[in-house]
Amino acid sequence: MLLVVLEHDRGEIAEASYEALTAGRALAAALGVALHAASLGADLSAAAANYGAVTTHVVTHDLLADYGPEAWGEALAQLVEATGATVVLATGTDRGNEVLAQLAARRDLPFAANCSEMTPGDPWRVVRARWGGSLLEEATVAAPVHVLSVTHHATEAAPSPVDGAVATFVPALDASLGRSVVRDRVVRTAGVTLGTARVVVGGGRGVGSPEGFGVLEELAGLLGGVVGCSRAVTNAGWRNHTDQVGQTGTRIAPDIYIACGISGAIQHWVGAMASKRILAINTDKDANMVAKADYAVIGDLHQVVPAIAAEIERRRA
Amino acid sequence: MNVLVCIKRVPAPGARINITADGQEVDTSFLGFTMSPHEECAVEEAVRLVEKHGGTATVLTLGPAVAEEQLRYAASLGIKKAVLLPIDGADWDPQRTARAIAAAVAGIEAVDGAFDVILFGNESADSGGFQVGVRVAHALGRPMVNGIKGIEIEGEAVTARRPIDAGFEVYELTLPVVLGVKEGINLPRYPTLKGRLDSKKVAVALVAPDQPAGGQALVTLQRPTEAASETIVLGNGPDAAAAVVDVLVELGVL
Repeated sequence: MLLVVLEHDRGEIAEASYEALTAGRALAAALGVALHAASLGADLSAAAANYGAVTTHVVTHDLLADYGPEAWGEALAQLVEATGATVVLATGTDRGNEVLAQLAARRDLPFAANCSEMTPGDPWRVVRARWGGSLLEEATVAAPVHVLSVTHHATEAAPSPVDGAVATFVPALDASLGRSVVRDRVVRTAGVTLGTARVVVGGGRGVGSPEGFGVLEELAGLLGGVVGCSRAVTNAGWRNHTDQVGQTGTRIAPDIYIACGISGAIQHWVGAMASKRILAINTDKDANMVAKADYAVIGDLHQVVPAIAAEIERRRA
Repeated sequence: MNVLVCIKRVPAPGARINITADGQEVDTSFLGFTMSPHEECAVEEAVRLVEKHGGTATVLTLGPAVAEEQLRYAASLGIKKAVLLPIDGADWDPQRTARAIAAAVAGIEAVDGAFDVILFGNESADSGGFQVGVRVAHALGRPMVNGIKGIEIEGEAVTARRPIDAGFEVYELTLPVVLGVKEGINLPRYPTLKGRLDSKKVAVALVAPDQPAGGQALVTLQRPTEAASETIVLGNGPDAAAAVVDVLVELGVL
């Protein structure tokens, strides 16, 4: 049986769960095994069945009322043992990778993070992301239980409804596992965020100063989007790190990413590459970002961006 | 307060990463080396913790002998002790690496006392396994939260913040803890001249790691197939504005 770990926050399912279920469905079919889902601390069986899970294991315990990496990892390890799952899959988000790492640590299993291909055999072969996805690694994985995460944003989630069953599982969790459960949340941003925006206007070293981002803010405002930036910008202290798009920042997936004065180093590119379309605005026609973009304007962003904003306002008038 | 920070020596790539002819590693002929970016911030955080709370910060790495360069860099920022777990040849897999680090930490703690805080980067920049810190924490029986962008310690109480899409989650832990740090938790300092000179005097302790391989093994590195991208140049300078807005309308974002 192949077990997909559903990601959610206090019962609100994350889109990443559907990616994992879709990837898991294909892998379970290739293996000829059933697709099950693990729903820790909430009953998400309806959502899981809609994506093909024939059984959802609803795991209930007081310590699972909110997210905690150790409590989730231990509960999952016990569920895997109780059900005899031979493959455990999640999406490679912060939580997905963390929970699978906890499971793997607890049972001394290998864990291959951020896989794009998984080929069963003896041993299994996987292709997984290195350098945030700018290099791939083919690796063998030999284990009694295969613990794998699939690269986020790499699977197009597709429903495939089945009449799913629900099984309840109550793990035996030591009270000490409550030590790393979320205690509180602080919500800073209301509305559109970098990770979910349909439009992102990004600025790099070419913006030149913190004040230079004013024109980018204006354009983002007109498009209902948000401003992002490169690592060079946050390292210079021009913008807060929460605005960084990149391997060590946020992975974005907007309908369009407008990259202004960004050269396109690997570090930045891997955070931007899931964008559906990219428009690069750069004085250097040979910049990596220009070469990789769908559209480009060759010119100084300080002139081009205000001109775009003016054109939008002219058409709206 | 005794703080340990674990780092990894990695190549510092620019716009493209090349692979050696045998497909086993990144071609570093024209590249410098650094520590993973999340770890630069973990080192800075370790230095700040001992500046604020007193005690000693130690840096540890498992890697080739030349990784001493990254240990000395950390020392130039204010870390007083350095430990190298030297390995020959290829990278160790995550299980093997974690076993070696956990064993080394246990050995150091048996002599010098327990570390109050052990910091890792959220993930290594090159292999991106997302697990060594979690495994080490589990082996040591300590709590571990990854993805941390804020640490405050008062007495034994640790408040750690982890970013989520629209803000952050708060974890309340008790020392000793293991935390995986993300870039952005701080802005790392640059070494001073005095720091660089002092770093030369820091003794690097060698701890020979000896652990069996784990279940995952590298076969070969590959470059992802890039969709042959045809860039449509919409124009030069501000005159391109109308063509840009046409595209925005076509994409339905306007």
